[in-house]
Amino acid sequence: MIGYLAGRLSASFLILVGVTIVTFGLTFLIPADPVAMIAGRTSTPQVREQIRVQLGLDQPLPVQYIAYVTRLAQGDLGRSYARKSDVGPLIASRLPPTLLLMLGAIIAELMIGIPAGLYAASRRGKTADKAAMIASFVSISTPQFVLGLSLIYVFAYLLPWAPLGGYGTFSHLVLPALTLGLAGGGWYSRMMRSSMIEVLQQDYIRTARAKGMPEWRVLLRHGMRNAILPIVAMIGLDVGIFMSGVVVVENVFGWPGIGQLMWQAIQSLDIPIIMGVTLVAAVFIVLGNLLADMIAPLIDPRIRLR
Amino acid sequence: MRDFLLRIQNLCLGFQTEAGYLRVLDNVSLDLTPGETLGLVGESGCGKSVTAQSILRLLPCPPSRVEEGHIWFDDKDILKLSQSELQDLRGNRIGMIFQEPMTSLNPTMTIGNQLAEPLRLHRKAGAGEARAAALDVLKRVGIGNAEQRLNQYPHELSGGLRQRVMIAMALICSPQMLIADEPTTALDVTIQAQILDLLRTLQKELGISILLITHDLGVVAETCHRVAVMYAGRIVETGTAVQVLTDPQHPYTRGLLAASPRYAKKGERMPAIAGQVPPPGKRGQGCPFAERCPLVMDICATMPPLQGDEHKAACWATKT
Ligand SMILES: Nc1ncnc2c1ncn2[C@@H]1O[C@H](COP(=O)(O)OP(=O)(O)OP(=O)(O)O)[C@@H](O)[C@H]1O
Ligand SMILES: [Mg+2]
Repeated sequence: MIGYLAGRLSASFLILVGVTIVTFGLTFLIPADPVAMIAGRTSTPQVREQIRVQLGLDQPLPVQYIAYVTRLAQGDLGRSYARKSDVGPLIASRLPPTLLLMLGAIIAELMIGIPAGLYAASRRGKTADKAAMIASFVSISTPQFVLGLSLIYVFAYLLPWAPLGGYGTFSHLVLPALTLGLAGGGWYSRMMRSSMIEVLQQDYIRTARAKGMPEWRVLLRHGMRNAILPIVAMIGLDVGIFMSGVVVVENVFGWPGIGQLMWQAIQSLDIPIIMGVTLVAAVFIVLGNLLADMIAPLIDPRIRLR
Repeated sequence: MRDFLLRIQNLCLGFQTEAGYLRVLDNVSLDLTPGETLGLVGESGCGKSVTAQSILRLLPCPPSRVEEGHIWFDDKDILKLSQSELQDLRGNRIGMIFQEPMTSLNPTMTIGNQLAEPLRLHRKAGAGEARAAALDVLKRVGIGNAEQRLNQYPHELSGGLRQRVMIAMALICSPQMLIADEPTTALDVTIQAQILDLLRTLQKELGISILLITHDLGVVAETCHRVAVMYAGRIVETGTAVQVLTDPQHPYTRGLLAASPRYAKKGERMPAIAGQVPPPGKRGQGCPFAERCPLVMDICATMPPLQGDEHKAACWATKT
């Protein structure tokens, strides 16, 4: 177990090193000169040269990279061009709303996907099954900004049950979490359905029936426990999938998280923020994967961590 | 007139498949008295498991369908029970163990929890009571370290142990009847003997009725009071174990005996009966065994009835 964890952590570390190379590369890929961004358009060549030396941009690339990683290791994510403040604290202050939104979205997709999939599996081939699968298809293929705006129109404008946007109370969370989680709910309902159909053909389900267990208990107690495994493995990955979704959803709903921060940074070509958010997102994806692998053995005793 | 615990009458059952409806059981009749062990024998694919599962209505329908027949258990027709009456029977008054010990236990639940389930369902037992009963029944089926086994998962147990757990689970509510569908086929020889020993002991101690499905006539001789021989979804011979094994009437039974290492006369042992069981859908109007039968006659194109008193056979060649 501990050996396994150590192995996974060192692999994760290597992945993150790879990510730093990519984020470092962003500086050169994004068509914006950091010096011009800092100095402003009206600066003289001398001032620009001075800033260039200050930033270390006159150094060879490997030296620049080492300097970048060294700063990272000290927790220094750089300084925003546009906002004139440090990127680290900026991201830290935007992280809690984003995490809350993701948590809400995960709960939403599980609450939609698992019951829908179970229900479809138990009515396999019948009208209810087909209706559920069409609904899941629609939910998967609806673009998030369309969904978000439609939800706002219906539930915040026509029926003013929820606020139009913003951050603060539980009712602010409902619509954005639904927008972010609905597509995942559609996926999960399909996964749950097919996984449940497979599980229901297993011999131990027959054993459970032969014990005299009511059908709904067979489904929930013996079926769901086994059918849910592939979904648990996916929850960790969701964190990564959500990372791009939050950029859209946070902007539609005016949610003050890192997605909104990222969007604003992209518009103003604020490279340190783009780099910082990318790195933080990568850390979350890696942690999410790790989490998914740690949860699986808790549910399925056959999976042993090695 | 014997008093029956279980009586299957003229059961006809089939499956809806892509090739249309296929009848798998044709006029199956069986009966079992209290405290008796009935062996159901036949080659692979002749409908033994389907018969066994139809008793507890475990076959999903669709695709399965009962065309006609009755399954009487204690004067009630199981085929007419409501879902809740059926659930009250399953695991409580009739226990069942399956052909596949490796996959019949839920891999994500401990042995203890799975064992306790029937008690909690039927007796509304609390956790402590169920655990005590689980320990007790594990000891009764000869599992050592019972205390420790309760907390283990199925994958930590061997096939023989898993089948013992299945037996324990089927017996925990003290049923009147046990259906054992080839309980030893998937296990190796020494374990097979142990499991059969266990079934015999339990039968004597508890006085339950057992429907024992097997394709091994040796098992029948050691374990069963009576036997029914099944071929292509029909009962072709039935009688006491002694009658059927020492004086077989149906050529199929004789073929099975000749192929059995234990009953073939020295030097006369045949590897198996030539040919195969005709699959459902390829069975005509006549005797299904005709195409493999050494005694085949013209009249075999019509179905022979199962006739006789205690010892019955369905063959035109044997007039009892
Ligand atoms: N779900 C099903 N759909 C269609 N046909 C089925 C189904 N289940 C069983 N059958 C058919 O019923 C027949 C009897 O099968 P069954 O499993 O009862 O045989 P068996 O006597 O138990 O054989 P074995 O010794 O191999 O266990 C087989 O021909 C099989 O193809
Ligand atoms: Mg079988």
